[in-house]
Amino acid sequence: MSSTLFLIQLLNGAQYGVLLFLIAAGLTLVFGVMGFINLAHGVQYMIGAYLTFMYFGVTGNFLTALLLGLVTALCLGLALEALVFRHLYDRDHLDQVLATFGIILFVNEAVKVIWGPGTLTLPAPEFLSASLQLTDNLLYPVYRLALIVVGVLVAAGLYLVVTRTRVGMLIRAGASNADMVSALGINIRRLFMIVFGFGAMLAGFAGALAAPVFTLEPGMGDNLLIVAFVVIIIGGIGSIRGAFIAAILVGLIDTLGRSLATDAMNLIFDASAANQIGPSIASMLIYIFMAAVLFFRPQGLFPAKGSA
Amino acid sequence: MTDRSVTQDRAPQGGATPARRFGDAGLLAGLAILLVLALMPQITAVAGGSYVLNLVMKAMILAIAAISLDLLIGYSGLVSFGHAAFLGLGSYVTGIALTEGIYGALPILGLVLLICGGFALVTGAISLRTSGVYFIMITLAFGQMLFFALSSLSSYGGDDGLTLWDTPDLFGAYVFQTGSGLFYSTLVVLALTWLAVGRIAGSRFGRVLRAGKESPLRVGVVGFDLYRFRLAAYVIAGLFAGVAGFLMACHTEFINPSTASWQNSGTLIVMVILGGMGTRNGALLGALFVVLIEEALSRYTVDWKLIFGPMLVLIALFAKGGLANLLARVGGGR
Repeated sequence: MSSTLFLIQLLNGAQYGVLLFLIAAGLTLVFGVMGFINLAHGVQYMIGAYLTFMYFGVTGNFLTALLLGLVTALCLGLALEALVFRHLYDRDHLDQVLATFGIILFVNEAVKVIWGPGTLTLPAPEFLSASLQLTDNLLYPVYRLALIVVGVLVAAGLYLVVTRTRVGMLIRAGASNADMVSALGINIRRLFMIVFGFGAMLAGFAGALAAPVFTLEPGMGDNLLIVAFVVIIIGGIGSIRGAFIAAILVGLIDTLGRSLATDAMNLIFDASAANQIGPSIASMLIYIFMAAVLFFRPQGLFPAKGSA
Repeated sequence: MTDRSVTQDRAPQGGATPARRFGDAGLLAGLAILLVLALMPQITAVAGGSYVLNLVMKAMILAIAAISLDLLIGYSGLVSFGHAAFLGLGSYVTGIALTEGIYGALPILGLVLLICGGFALVTGAISLRTSGVYFIMITLAFGQMLFFALSSLSSYGGDDGLTLWDTPDLFGAYVFQTGSGLFYSTLVVLALTWLAVGRIAGSRFGRVLRAGKESPLRVGVVGFDLYRFRLAAYVIAGLFAGVAGFLMACHTEFINPSTASWQNSGTLIVMVILGGMGTRNGALLGALFVVLIEEALSRYTVDWKLIFGPMLVLIALFAKGGLANLLARVGGGR
């Protein structure tokens, strides 16, 4: 593999990792603070993408559409929280799985009914639609680079909020012992609501950013959700720092693995076997990585909960 | 003497005696369900036709997987979100064996058990190091891993799946060919699974599992190595689901990676919860119910998930105990 190709894969990996982080951030907080297993988080990602698409059709301006999409995604997240999630915080994980699974079925189908089952595309905003000459023979779309920058900025901002502000302190305290925070006179329910709404918005943001890169289709968030789960398991549930590092690692491993696995297998097997085994191995890599991490550290790399 | 009677009086509150009382009623109810299923070829010959019979077969195959999942969720408190992986693995082993020229049902089943058991042993050994939410997500991730691995088998159809042109034979008899042969084979496997899981749940082994669901710490203190018991349960459940995958491949004459998808794992969980976890007939009823309601709703509208989804939410919010519980209550239990 040439160094140019390697550089492209590296950038693609970072970009995938950044998207994963935006999804995983909300998921890990909701999980860490409330102990709530939210399968419907991937649906928020899809909603963000479709809402931005819809508003883009109306306004014709990507940034306005993004902003409107985010506000609507936040409102929808809060509405879901009030209607369903709020009543399930104290319940068994199984009830949470059942309810959020039902929400996935419903929203995926609703999106299919409203926007049709086919794929849709959203153009990148004009001011970012150019390509950048990175090396002599490598053009890379500016939009993708901007995506990485925005993702890293959001991650830094989120890290500052969680480690430096009062809300962040409460979130961390909630992640290590929610009962105690509640006993100290903090309205933990309101904290839950804020975290949930914010997490939903972040996932929606990821969807909106990803829309010009990938295509929109019903159920587009489902597979990403599982990878986001892998990310927060590796990073340690409830840890923003862990989620970021794990997201980048998973993004790189997955992207590089897909382009390198077949070549690597060529060294061991003959060409036809390598073509067969390579993609299989590549698609399993992140799960193998997760299994390896868990084998040595069952709580993930950066567990948020002190002793447990 | 007084001490003993005290402990025995207290036992019902722990759920042991009612379970046994319902157990007998449940045994009869389960046998009745199986009897009705056994008569389905005759019933559908009068009304419904082969379409309905196919639907019943699909439900029966899924019921085998759901019952085995109940051993984990209902009895052991292990919420596995990757159980469809074993269905997928079982069907793929069957399909690949048939494509590669192995037609004997026994060698194929042997391979299915070996590979599904091995997969369960490895993934279970890692997954069971964790608990609670972590366990849910890790089983989910392993299920997804298998799904992608199956999707990338390009010489066996890749994403699109693979049509099977042969069916396994048992010493020259095509008891797994679509039709009445496969129907009764499935029925036998279903009955055996139902009996076996019932027996396991009632055995000493099952009691350790159930105690571990209540309090892993106490079980450990009493001196049981719960990890081993759970791993054994995980492997047993995987084996049954693998056989269900074998039957599924025979029934649909088609293998497809989406069998192992996490949505399918979710559906299996829904079956167990709807039917009633940890009850004799819960998973069986749940599987029949889900397949039938899917069919009923999809006749009413193409977008049946718009109704089914909120239904699940409402059940999670308001219903307790599932169908089997309802049946017991209606049947004059309590």
